[in-house]
Amino acid sequence: MAENATVWEVFIQSKNGLAHKHAGNIHANDKVMALENARELYTRRNEGSCIWVVKSEYIISSETEDSEAFFDPSNDKMYRHPTFYTMPDGAKHI
Amino acid sequence: MQEKHFQAKIDAENKVEPKDWMPDDYRKHLIRQMSQHAHSEVIGMQPEGNWITRAPSLRAKMILIAKVQDEAGHGLYLYSATETLGISREELVKQLHDEKAKYSSIFNYPTLSWADMGAIGWLVDGAAIVNQVSLQRTSYGPYSRAMIKICKEESFHQRQGYEIMAEMAKGTPEQREMAQDALNRFWWPSIMMFGPQDSDSPRSGNAIKWKIKRQTNDELRQSFIDKTVEQAEIIGLKIPDPNLKWNEDKGHYDFGEMDWDEFWNVVNGNGPCNKQRLAHHKKAHDEGEWVRNAAKAYAKKQESEAN
Repeated sequence: MAENATVWEVFIQSKNGLAHKHAGNIHANDKVMALENARELYTRRNEGSCIWVVKSEYIISSETEDSEAFFDPSNDKMYRHPTFYTMPDGAKHI
Repeated sequence: MQEKHFQAKIDAENKVEPKDWMPDDYRKHLIRQMSQHAHSEVIGMQPEGNWITRAPSLRAKMILIAKVQDEAGHGLYLYSATETLGISREELVKQLHDEKAKYSSIFNYPTLSWADMGAIGWLVDGAAIVNQVSLQRTSYGPYSRAMIKICKEESFHQRQGYEIMAEMAKGTPEQREMAQDALNRFWWPSIMMFGPQDSDSPRSGNAIKWKIKRQTNDELRQSFIDKTVEQAEIIGLKIPDPNLKWNEDKGHYDFGEMDWDEFWNVVNGNGPCNKQRLAHHKKAHDEGEWVRNAAKAYAKKQESEAN
């Protein structure tokens, strides 16, 4: 019996110039098969202009359970947003 | 404590993700339901694959091939989502082969005429869509995302089936008769696809509490019947239920008794095609083993050449 095939995560760029977006995963033994399987599974209706595949084992994820603590440093820095600032009346194009 | 936190998250309509804590029974329920769903997509290719070589036109053949390929794709989305619960695809397939996991009983009925391709698309996919639209809001993130993807592709399936039925219903008397016959055979099994009545569905309680299921079997069934009656009228076919009647007070159709003895008989392996479907799946899996081995050997060779 063949052992489990490798799992690959699939990222699809829907149009030239846009970012690649995670679409799901597929099983494949090598990179060419991974690309071809991803094409068959995720782009049957012209969903893509480019596909990336990467072995799932190489994805490092933060823990959703710890997300509050993990993202805490950015919560109290409202001055990073443009709406934080008061603009003089009548100022335009800013 | 963890369970309370979990339920609070569900109640707040937050999705559960693979690495989050979840009760064992939640995980078990999902593996059972999602794998059954995945197996149904895959086994569902057989009754339709049966007609690919005999499709009445090139157009019909291309459409049917595309539809069957979509079903394979839907099976893969669902296997992927189920694997996030910590079970491998090999185990899932083994459970199917060992008859520990089930698939939808509807696929244990034979497809006797071309009109059955119409009935399956219109009714079976139609019923599946009602269920899947509801499941887009399921609490488990990967399942919900798979459902959203599947629903986008599924409406073509129902429309191509309804088109076949509509064409045949206005065709020759023989074609019309085939269409009516297909509706007669697939109607009751289709409305039983939603599962036992709520009063007889022991697992529903937790599934609703955990928001795995968002609507009960009976609610989903009613919604499908309400949508479908008019569609049958438009193409001039008659739903084979003498008790089907609009109920003004309820704002829904009343319908006749379903034959649950037949349902359980088919679920328990005694339908017309249970043995054939499973034997075919095993055969295809076994005969594909050399392909899987060759792909693996090739990958290994390439890797050693690269080093």
